[in-house]
Amino acid sequence: MKLFKAIGLGLLASAFAIGGAMAQGKTVKIATEGAYAPWNFTGAGGKLEGFEIDLANDLCARMKVKCEIVSQDWDGIIPALNAKKYDAIMAGMNITDKRLEVIDFTRPYASGLHGFATMKDSPLAKLAGLGQRANLDKDPAGAQKILDDWKTLLKGKTVGVQGSTVNSQFLEKHLKDVITIREYKTTEQHDLDLAAGRVDAIFAAHSSMKATLDQPEFKNMAIAGAGFSGGVLGRGVAVGLRKGDAELKGQFDAAIQDAIKDGTIQKLTEKWFKVDMSPQS
Amino acid sequence: MRMSGIRVLDAFAQAYVFVFRGSPLLVQIFLIYYGLGQFRPTLQEWGLWGFFREPYWCAVLALTLNTAAYASEIIRGGLQAVPHQQVEAARACGMSGFLLFRRIVFPIAVRQALPAYGSELILMVKATSLASIITMMEVTGIAAKLISQTFRAVEVFVVAGVIYLILNFTITRIIMAIEWWLSPHLRHPPAVKPALDAVHV
Repeated sequence: MKLFKAIGLGLLASAFAIGGAMAQGKTVKIATEGAYAPWNFTGAGGKLEGFEIDLANDLCARMKVKCEIVSQDWDGIIPALNAKKYDAIMAGMNITDKRLEVIDFTRPYASGLHGFATMKDSPLAKLAGLGQRANLDKDPAGAQKILDDWKTLLKGKTVGVQGSTVNSQFLEKHLKDVITIREYKTTEQHDLDLAAGRVDAIFAAHSSMKATLDQPEFKNMAIAGAGFSGGVLGRGVAVGLRKGDAELKGQFDAAIQDAIKDGTIQKLTEKWFKVDMSPQS
Repeated sequence: MRMSGIRVLDAFAQAYVFVFRGSPLLVQIFLIYYGLGQFRPTLQEWGLWGFFREPYWCAVLALTLNTAAYASEIIRGGLQAVPHQQVEAARACGMSGFLLFRRIVFPIAVRQALPAYGSELILMVKATSLASIITMMEVTGIAAKLISQTFRAVEVFVVAGVIYLILNFTITRIIMAIEWWLSPHLRHPPAVKPALDAVHV
């Protein structure tokens, strides 16, 4: 009897949930990767956690819609959006021209730097420009100078990078002729291979690498060289939407604007990344 | 080993087959690549790191161990399906040991096992698509990369599928040819010309 009661209650609760959602309009389904700490990751209990999960919940509350967050492998995340498996992507995805050809983006809700990390005893730990910022849009000459500096040290090295990302595009565009690029499905996998010594360095977002460095297994890993932004690295992290979904884009834009203005994004980025990563400009 | 009748060998083979047939190939590839990657100092001491460093060799090792487990069971099935009468007939003709195996048991066993082994080969070709998770850029891996560059999932995957089809078509044809060659008893005997000469004599 207890079991039936429980099932009955469950049904009732889900009926209410559906009813509630209908009352509020519609449910927005948001996809995330779930393997990109601290942006979005699967916690110890199997639940999705991270900056983007918190932000999505906050934005949905502002937009007064019910949201459902689902996880989806990175390499299929854009095709599945266009196949209407969900309505939005929040997965640390940068706005790039290439992606704008197939999907739309809202205004950016965060921006960060990208760069190399390597083991502390590696010769690559001496890559030039540690702590500096190089912007491929605002200061192309300065950025190119750092890249040329790097090339002598990087020659013949193997670099791990997550496939289909702005990071892999950066390597393909700027350093392809001097390094061997090895593509991984997730950043967690190239972290493991860097620790195992299968690759000499990895190229990823500083934010995600800093989260890796905090783990005891990776205490010998360190960020190397300057942090890059702009160019193929995109114009900040934003919500990905299907083309022509103007209504949802309007809602998201307004909600993100609000969240930047009242300091929610600063608060959340400081909570998850230890630094303020709210978009400049 | 299963058929040796020696208990230790039998148990070892059974355990091997159980482990590699009972767990997903994906898990085996992960364990060999990322799992063993964490024991780098030990592997370096044994001089094996050069092998396990490369994703290619890790993938080859995982696929080999996996297919060996399946193939061993297929061959065992083939060997056990050799009719006793034929073995006895061969013994009666004075064959024994290696000669018996080479002339009678082995050809029959291979003939019995071949169709099942052909399926296993095809499964293996398709299983190579799993190697992309350890950065091996095979057909599926390259397809995924092209999709991420062009966002044209349907076209690229159709082409990837066709490549697998061509590979497997070739394999099935080869297996069919071997089967045909090994089963002369199932073919129509060549028509024998009636020996007219004999009548006239």
